[in-house]
Amino acid sequence: MKPATQDAARTHRMAFVVMALLFIGAPLVGVYPVFMMKVMCFALFACAFNLLLGFGGLLSFGHAMFLGSAGYVTAHAAKVWGLTPELSIAVGTLCAAALGWVVGKLAIRRQGIYLTMITLALAQMVFFFALQAPFTGGEDGIQAVPRGKLFGLIDLSSTNAMYAFVLAIFLGGFLLIYRIIHSPYGQVLKAIRENEPRTISLGYDADKFKHRAFVLSAALAGLAGGTKSLVFQLASLTDVHWSMSGEVVLMTLVGGLGTIFGPVLGAAVMVTMQNYLAELGAWVTVVQGGIFVVCVLLFRRGIVGEIGHLLKKSL
Amino acid sequence: MEIFGIPIQAMMGQLLIGLINGSFYALLSLGLAVIFGLLNIINFAHGAQYMLGAFGAYLLLNKLGLGYWWSLLIVPLVVGATGVVIERTMLSRLYKLDHLYGLLLTFGLALIIQGLFRNEYGSTGLPYSMPEQLQGGVNLGFMFLPIYRGWVIIASLVVCLATWYVIERTKLGGYLRAATENPQIVQAFGINVPRMITLTYGFGVALAALAGVMAAPIYQVSPQMGADLIIVVFAVVVIGGMGSIMGAIVTGFGLGLIEGLTKVFYPEASTTVIFIIMTIVLLIRPAGLFGTQK
Repeated sequence: MKPATQDAARTHRMAFVVMALLFIGAPLVGVYPVFMMKVMCFALFACAFNLLLGFGGLLSFGHAMFLGSAGYVTAHAAKVWGLTPELSIAVGTLCAAALGWVVGKLAIRRQGIYLTMITLALAQMVFFFALQAPFTGGEDGIQAVPRGKLFGLIDLSSTNAMYAFVLAIFLGGFLLIYRIIHSPYGQVLKAIRENEPRTISLGYDADKFKHRAFVLSAALAGLAGGTKSLVFQLASLTDVHWSMSGEVVLMTLVGGLGTIFGPVLGAAVMVTMQNYLAELGAWVTVVQGGIFVVCVLLFRRGIVGEIGHLLKKSL
Repeated sequence: MEIFGIPIQAMMGQLLIGLINGSFYALLSLGLAVIFGLLNIINFAHGAQYMLGAFGAYLLLNKLGLGYWWSLLIVPLVVGATGVVIERTMLSRLYKLDHLYGLLLTFGLALIIQGLFRNEYGSTGLPYSMPEQLQGGVNLGFMFLPIYRGWVIIASLVVCLATWYVIERTKLGGYLRAATENPQIVQAFGINVPRMITLTYGFGVALAALAGVMAAPIYQVSPQMGADLIIVVFAVVVIGGMGSIMGAIVTGFGLGLIEGLTKVFYPEASTTVIFIIMTIVLLIRPAGLFGTQK
């Protein structure tokens, strides 16, 4: 290993430890645990989205469909089928992956802005399905989802147990994404983002790589969605609506597109803003829109991206 | 009289509603296609600009006492002018970057505009009465046609075809089309391409505003009116082939009709039918019905 990559790996390790300690320590210093769990779910969602956009260069404007549908399936599995929480989440994740497989197949046939529009329209189809399908509960969603007993042993209705469970899922998902990005597969993905024709001429099947990235991203977004529905004991239309797809773009953009830690910070910033500015009503939308405009016009690197640029390190 | 067990009156009623919706799909997707053709930007603020058109008509009537006909003239000009400002101050900085930044910027603008109007007017719809000259209806024998609806269909058809004619058949349109292919060469012929781009964006926005004014008497004027419509319009644009003028017009009206028919025969699917058609079209023709694969 070259010294430069070794140095980068050390920085990442340190940053990861700091992040993990922050998430472990937050409830101990009195931050509301459910709020932190929400941050972790959205952080995982944003990281999954960033895997596709930041490293694959594919802007999906329909990622809410994976978050939302996995949420519904997990809630249904836990409530109606009575599965244990880890199995319910697994079923939800698998469904999101399957959906990602289909959507990816359709979407990667076109490039750039076309791909974005296709994902958006397909997500809208999923939204209407969620609105009308008999098992989703329409406008009410699936309420009072039982958190159940983890492996049939640990009762997750205790906040501490649930917190540890969500933390494990989030950190596990994060490490998996980190691993994917730094694997040979991830390098090829980045190469496709930078110069697709050249990567193809090197003998890589670009469509296959992009499709896999789509499935992986969808599955991880589903993991976040399934976990979220157990945390809040609710699966609702908010998570499949297209404005959620917009929010995850914003989280990633604010934190830093294509950075490793950016989406986590971006998600934390956005969730905090929504929680503490809630009484301002529609002004939250205005502020969000303003952040969008400012980010696009003035600092496209995002918060973590700018910090990394100053420190001359890739975070 | 019945067709497939459906009374012809009900059938025609739904078809009419479909045609009305189709007019708005066509007008909005036409604006999107014009903007996308020259600027290569997906104008996510299009729905918000359509909403601005409807609110413009509402405000002119209630604050200044200016009626529908004045609105039809003034509102597209004013909203189009805001489009010009947006293009000059913001969008023009993004052309050298990835297309996705244009989409994100206009998405942010849409959030701001819709949020501001929701703060001011709440989420409930406001009524806008139709002009006296267009009230009432005519009996066509097989159905009753409200005059205003007939007017909307004819007016939007005329606007769509006029736009198509200008872009595809006149010299000005020729410059526009040439500039989408190769701006440098067109510039070298002494044509002010940046100004043309600015005015094109302004025109596309004005089309959205015009649709908004025409929609005000039919639908309720509300801050959210554009937000949900715009996704359907995006699907229309994808089906028609992005950037294709004819594609936008034909698929706009066509999908409105299909949606109306679906409402008659299988109401549950009426909201999804457009997206289902989109999926099928994409499987067969990834570039859309009228699009060309680049």
